[in-house]
Amino acid sequence: MGQQYALREYVGLEEIVGPIFLIRNTHNVGYNEVVEIADESGNIRTGVTLEVGKGYAVVEVLGGTSGLSLNNSRIRFKEKPLMLAVSEEMLGRVFDGRGNPLDGMPKPAADEMLDVNGLAINPTARDYPKNIIETGISAIDVMNTLVRGQKLPIFSGSGMPHDLIATQIARQARVKNESFCVVFAAMGVKYDTARFFLKSFEDSGVLERVTMFLSLADSPSIERITTPRLALSCAEYLAFRKKMHVLVIMTDMSNYCEALRELSTIRGEIPARKGYPGYLYSDLASLYERAGMIKGVDGSITQLPILTMPNDDITHPIPDLTGYITEGQIVLEREMFSRGIYPPIAGLPSLSRLMKDNIGEGLTREDHPAVASQLFSCYAKVKDIRALAAIIGEEELSPLDKLYLQFGESFERRFLSQKYDERRTLEEGLSIGWEVLSLLPKEELLRIREEHIEKYYVRK
Amino acid sequence: MEKVAGKVYRVVGPVVEIEGVSSLRMLDMVEVGGYRLVGEVMRLKGDRAFVQVYEDTTSVKAGDPVYTQGFPLYVELGPGLLGNIYDGIQRPLEVIRQKEGFYIGRGVSVSALDRQRRWHFVPSRAPGEELPAGSCLGEVQETSLIRHRIMLMPETSGKLVWIGGEADYSLEDKVAVVETKDGRQEDVFMLQRWPVRKARPYLERLKLKDPLITGQRVIDTLFPVAKGGCVAVPGGFGTGKTVVQHQLAKWSDAEVVIFVGCGERGNEMTDVLMNFAKLVDPRTQKPLSERTIFIANTSNMPVAAREASIYTGITMAEYYRDMGYNVALMADSTSRWAEALRELSGRLEEMPLEEGFPAYLPSRLAEFYERAGKVRSLDKKEGSITIIASVSPQGGDFSEPVTSHTKRFIRCFWALDRDLANARHYPSISWIDSYSEYLDDIKDWWHDNIDENWLSLRYLMMDLLQKEQRLQQVVKLVGPDVLPQTQRLVLEVCHIFKNTFLQQAAFDKVDTYSSAKKQFLMLKTIVDFYHVSEGLLQKGVTLAEIKGLGVYQDVIRMKLRYTEDDLDSLAGLSARIADSVKELEF
Repeated sequence: MGQQYALREYVGLEEIVGPIFLIRNTHNVGYNEVVEIADESGNIRTGVTLEVGKGYAVVEVLGGTSGLSLNNSRIRFKEKPLMLAVSEEMLGRVFDGRGNPLDGMPKPAADEMLDVNGLAINPTARDYPKNIIETGISAIDVMNTLVRGQKLPIFSGSGMPHDLIATQIARQARVKNESFCVVFAAMGVKYDTARFFLKSFEDSGVLERVTMFLSLADSPSIERITTPRLALSCAEYLAFRKKMHVLVIMTDMSNYCEALRELSTIRGEIPARKGYPGYLYSDLASLYERAGMIKGVDGSITQLPILTMPNDDITHPIPDLTGYITEGQIVLEREMFSRGIYPPIAGLPSLSRLMKDNIGEGLTREDHPAVASQLFSCYAKVKDIRALAAIIGEEELSPLDKLYLQFGESFERRFLSQKYDERRTLEEGLSIGWEVLSLLPKEELLRIREEHIEKYYVRK
Repeated sequence: MEKVAGKVYRVVGPVVEIEGVSSLRMLDMVEVGGYRLVGEVMRLKGDRAFVQVYEDTTSVKAGDPVYTQGFPLYVELGPGLLGNIYDGIQRPLEVIRQKEGFYIGRGVSVSALDRQRRWHFVPSRAPGEELPAGSCLGEVQETSLIRHRIMLMPETSGKLVWIGGEADYSLEDKVAVVETKDGRQEDVFMLQRWPVRKARPYLERLKLKDPLITGQRVIDTLFPVAKGGCVAVPGGFGTGKTVVQHQLAKWSDAEVVIFVGCGERGNEMTDVLMNFAKLVDPRTQKPLSERTIFIANTSNMPVAAREASIYTGITMAEYYRDMGYNVALMADSTSRWAEALRELSGRLEEMPLEEGFPAYLPSRLAEFYERAGKVRSLDKKEGSITIIASVSPQGGDFSEPVTSHTKRFIRCFWALDRDLANARHYPSISWIDSYSEYLDDIKDWWHDNIDENWLSLRYLMMDLLQKEQRLQQVVKLVGPDVLPQTQRLVLEVCHIFKNTFLQQAAFDKVDTYSSAKKQFLMLKTIVDFYHVSEGLLQKGVTLAEIKGLGVYQDVIRMKLRYTEDDLDSLAGLSARIADSVKELEF
């Protein structure tokens, strides 16, 4: 629109409810555009129009409405959507959930202004994610391979080591070339968590290649709705303009969804499941779908959102809808966690949808797909046999079933378990996989081609 | 002609209220504001109209003008649809990319079909002929696979006054002139417009009799669907809905496939697009994209267009059906469509029912599924539409509204099972919860073309699977060792059946497709193995001895050992089983 004429300033509001206010007698106000609100002491806050009509507008205030009065607030409608000034200088910096620097340094000079809502990538322009990312964690590399341009969330529960795994991935997945960077968005997490990430980036010497957006637990919840959008706009700039490979870590998506529910309730919308708005799926998709690669452009956005499942319930709307959008999920299991297995990545419900096209002959190793499938299938059988053993006792099991129990134990202790700083290559992971599979007779390995069994089966 | 229909009064997300409306009708298409965002009238009240807008409404203001052309939302039908990829309101995404770059901008105005391209039209009628509505006038070779029949509009009939000779025409060149009953001369083009929410008419519905052969063993053998039928594929996330849809789009023997990606992942559409350009149809050796139309309205594209995408797809399907083709429509996923309906209904402040879905959800579902079927078209051609719709129940709970209402309007149900998916048993179609009501319709096809014992063998195997299910309950409590040998044989045979027959690797080049013949031979071999072993057990042979036979390895690995070119040796496997057990028999 440009600033050809002075923006009209309005004084006074009609009504304030939670983070939202209603203003009357407005003219020419656009939907989903930025609003600046000056309170009595002249401090400026930012808001966005949620609904506009003839002679009125409904505005959500990103910084919260505390201290705003009906009579003495001054409002300017900026006639543009919420924008973020982006530049390469954002690397190595820390911002709050509204994009203001938190590290005491001045705002970086803007190279471009981006609409934080982003635009949908044309499906014909997308490039199918390729090139696996070796995370050095066998449970991921062998069984749930992460691919550049993928969105693979970690489904966790409170108290489990999801942060540890995310930092391990960020550290070990570091590609040799210069163009790797991390964008980190924290929504409603505690200061300690943010501190942990900061420290771990520092320790591994990648801090100058990390941009952080922190909206901590004590910030207004409404701010959590813009935080991931800022982070993703920054990531899009780095990936698609500056051709970097960007890993976006977003934690904790559950807090984001709760902020959305809070806002929806205040707006009096009709709830769908558990009070979450009917558009939760579309809203989450508008974040997750910003991952990917584009034909003819070098960069990529890989997303690693973290969410804590309320009550460890994977059917809760947040993990459920996330799972429907993302390309798989890494599920952490409380039982393994309690038994001291790190990383406690549950074998069965974890999945990477993109691995199928990116592993196997000519890509990783010829036997990789079948080995992964066989490990899943055998481990599923272990779970059944453990349930049976709990009833009839281990002694009563058939010899084959006992072998399966051995396999299960070895799978968890040898294959899944590894240290926080241990970086296993895919090759090593696969040989350990064969080592544990070879506890079973060859006839049980029906998913694997016979020639591969001949080649890799470990004879005792 | 275009005129101003009113002014924006209020904007709430994708719903825009318009005031000063006098001439708008329900479902009329409008264009909103300076960006000319496309929308559709959903409700009229006094001088107000509620419009659902198919694009992002950011920056739309009260007072913005709204334009209308006075028709409902339509699709363009004509040569050039195949191989194309559209968004939910039929805008060609490839053209948008050339115009706008890799993001989809707003208010892009492009025509669905290329006006420049010329098509070689071969007339099949002569002037003077009296033509009923929907008659075929001639043909265009649209792709190397599909001959596109140029038809009169379903409401146009009369005497053919003039028809163009065999030559190249663009979609804007007239190819014929018809004099209608009331004496008007009407120009006929190769391009038709049809409102998406209205089913195209046909002469009569026909009985379903042919199966849609998909090459997926669990589907074709256990839960087949007839050409013209409706299937629902419900499953929680990660149970493999999309892979089932992709496999069917690739391998099913429909002549035209319409793939509607409705509110799903962008990368999945990319996968389909890239794969289909490379993959060749096993029957014709041509790229699959030559028989496929893609509609992509991914989850981050505007929600109202997602609602429309299903109708856009089915209208195209009806158009090819009217030419006499068997069309398969894959809709992935109808739950996202229902959610779009719910979101729009909420914005219109309608009364919600269970889980916030509007009361008209079942009637919308019914309307959609009723557009499937096998018909005799106005031009007396037999064509069919098969709908394969995936459903994404929240939390994997099949009692939720979309799944339970869908079940009322379909006759085939492929329930995807979480436990099977967790064990990476794909396709994870449960043999306990799934069903097909089409068995009786299609059994004659199998009996005439493959083998007269097909249905009885299928029932025998289903019976064993049911038995196995009950035995597994016992095994869970006491272990398998206490069962008698005959019951352990049932477990063993079902184990073989599940692992060699039902489990099918979509990404293995041999296993991805099994012909009807191979499926039958595999089924027969397993049943024969069961009968032979049953006989042996009665003679005192143990199960362990049977499993020690060399031929046992052949049975459990037959899906990969015998390729489609090697079906004769597979047919001989039963005889080899009978031979090799002789050594155990004395």
